[in-house]
This record gives sequence, structure tokens and C-alpha cells, in this order.
Amino acid sequence: MGAPGDARRGSVIYEVFRQERKGQALQHAGSIEAPDGAFADAYAREQYGRRGESTALWVVPRESVHELEDFVDELERNYHRVDGYPLKEKLGKARELAAKSADALSAGSG
Amino acid sequence: MADDELILGWRNSEWTGIAPLLEEDVAFSSIAQNEIGHARALYELAARELGTTADELAFDRQPSEYRCAQLVELRLVPDWARTIARHYLYESADQIRIEAFRDSAAAEIAGLATKIDREEVYHRMHAEMWFGRLGSDARVRVALDELWPYALGILNEELRPVLAGRVGLSLVQAVERGGHSPELAELWEEMTIVRRSVPAGAAW
Repeated sequence: MGAPGDARRGSVIYEVFRQERKGQALQHAGSIEAPDGAFADAYAREQYGRRGESTALWVVPRESVHELEDFVDELERNYHRVDGYPLKEKLGKARELAAKSADALSAGSG
Repeated sequence: MADDELILGWRNSEWTGIAPLLEEDVAFSSIAQNEIGHARALYELAARELGTTADELAFDRQPSEYRCAQLVELRLVPDWARTIARHYLYESADQIRIEAFRDSAAAEIAGLATKIDREEVYHRMHAEMWFGRLGSDARVRVALDELWPYALGILNEELRPVLAGRVGLSLVQAVERGGHSPELAELWEEMTIVRRSVPAGAAW
């Protein structure tokens, strides 16, 4: 090998996902720099696959990973979400409204 | 074999912190650590036979009493080409030696050889990967020719043709075990400095 820079040229970044226990979802564990897939696999084994640390590894070139970060929620339809429907708040408002109508009725009959 | 693994483990660990890639640093250090683990297991087997301890066998002999082959004594840092050439030759020779031990009539030896072999699978993959990548490089070819006689010295004479066949090189005069390079004495000084700093028999 020549100068330290030689190793970097032609290096690819791989992302490693590991599975803690069978049946669980894989989680991102870290990145690896390697000249090709065979090296990436070897390095992934070394860093995440020793001593029964993981039950499975996925080694993926970073360019194969599509990142999505921008999610549209213009109208803030929070009632679509489980935590977007504040029951207490709406119940409180309904009681207020009911109390007002009750007052109006009693005022009207007096 | 234990001496080979111990000294080579030491030499390989000289790359910790200065390997060509960070990932390679981790991988090569881990291979060095495995070699020392194998050395320990082998020393313990021998220690039981000889009525001593693994530590005493590993550290309390004089350099001239070690039986390692000269291939492992050579200090190759910072030359990665020569390191990979040695790695490839050594792992190829070691595989042949381990295959022979797996067939041993002695159950303990056969059992240990099988266990060691499982870890060696990764060493061989690693060596072949690097050799595949750098094998046509002029520096590696020069190193291969230079280290080949030393590599033959790892094996007994009857197994040398097998190694020659596997790596595709013709048999030459081997550098036999028995002699040691001056580099071994230097390595031994460093390796045993802590051990020798306390009286024999001290508990750690």
C-alpha cells in the first residue's frame, strides 16, 4: 500500500443493521468503510457479530438506503393519530357547552 | 505450534493503531488476539503433559528455547504488503497443520484442533480477501518469494508439497526450525518485561 490516502480512494460506506434476538426488528448499529462487499461483510462480522452479540446482520451499501425525512401534515389532522385526540380537553369543552345551554334554558323559563 | 501462534499473535498486534483502515485495525487485532488464544489453549495442553503451567511455558523460557519457525519472528511493520504475504502463507500452512491434527488419535488434540479450525475459517477468509485484492501487486509478489522458504519451515517435510500445491509455488529449500533470528530476542525482551519485573511465582 502507498500513502495513507490510497486506502480511502475506492472505499464505500456500508450501513450495518443488527438483530438482538430472533424475531425482533433489526436496528441500525453503525457504519463501515470498506473497498467492497466481501470486506464489508468481514468487517461487519468482526465489529457486530462476535461472541453471539447479534443473531443476524444486514450489511447494505449506503447508496441503497433511501432516506425520507420530510412528512407533509399541512392540515394538522391530529385526529388521525392515537395521541391526537385529547379526550379530556374535548369532554371539558362539551360539558361547558352543555352547562351554557342548561343556563340558557333555565333563564328562558324564568 | 503454540510458539508459532504466540509470536505471530504478538507480531500481528504490532499493527494495532496503525493498520491501513480503521476497520482493518479492528479485524487484524482480533485475529492477533485469536492466535494468542490458540497459543494459550495449546500451552495448557502441553503444560498438563509436562507438569508445568501455560504461563511458564509461554514466558519463562530463553529465546533460544522457543521452537517457533522463523517466519513468525520477522518484524514486518510498517510494510502491509509483506504482512499480507506472510498472513496468506501462514494461514495456508496452518490450515494444513490443523487438518492433520483433526485426525489425531489423541481426542484432546483432535478436539482442540476442531475448535481452533472454526475460528481459523475467518482468518483464512480474511487472508484470501486481502490476497485477492493485493496479490498481483509487485510488492506482494516480491514479498511472497522472499517469505516462501520461511513459510515452508512451518510444516514438517511431508506436508510441504501440499502447501506448495495450494499456493501455487514450487518447492524450494526451507528455512528450518531450530535457528532463530535476532529479532526474536528483541521481541522476547518486550514480551516478558512485565513478567520478569516480579519474582517467579508471584500471584497476579
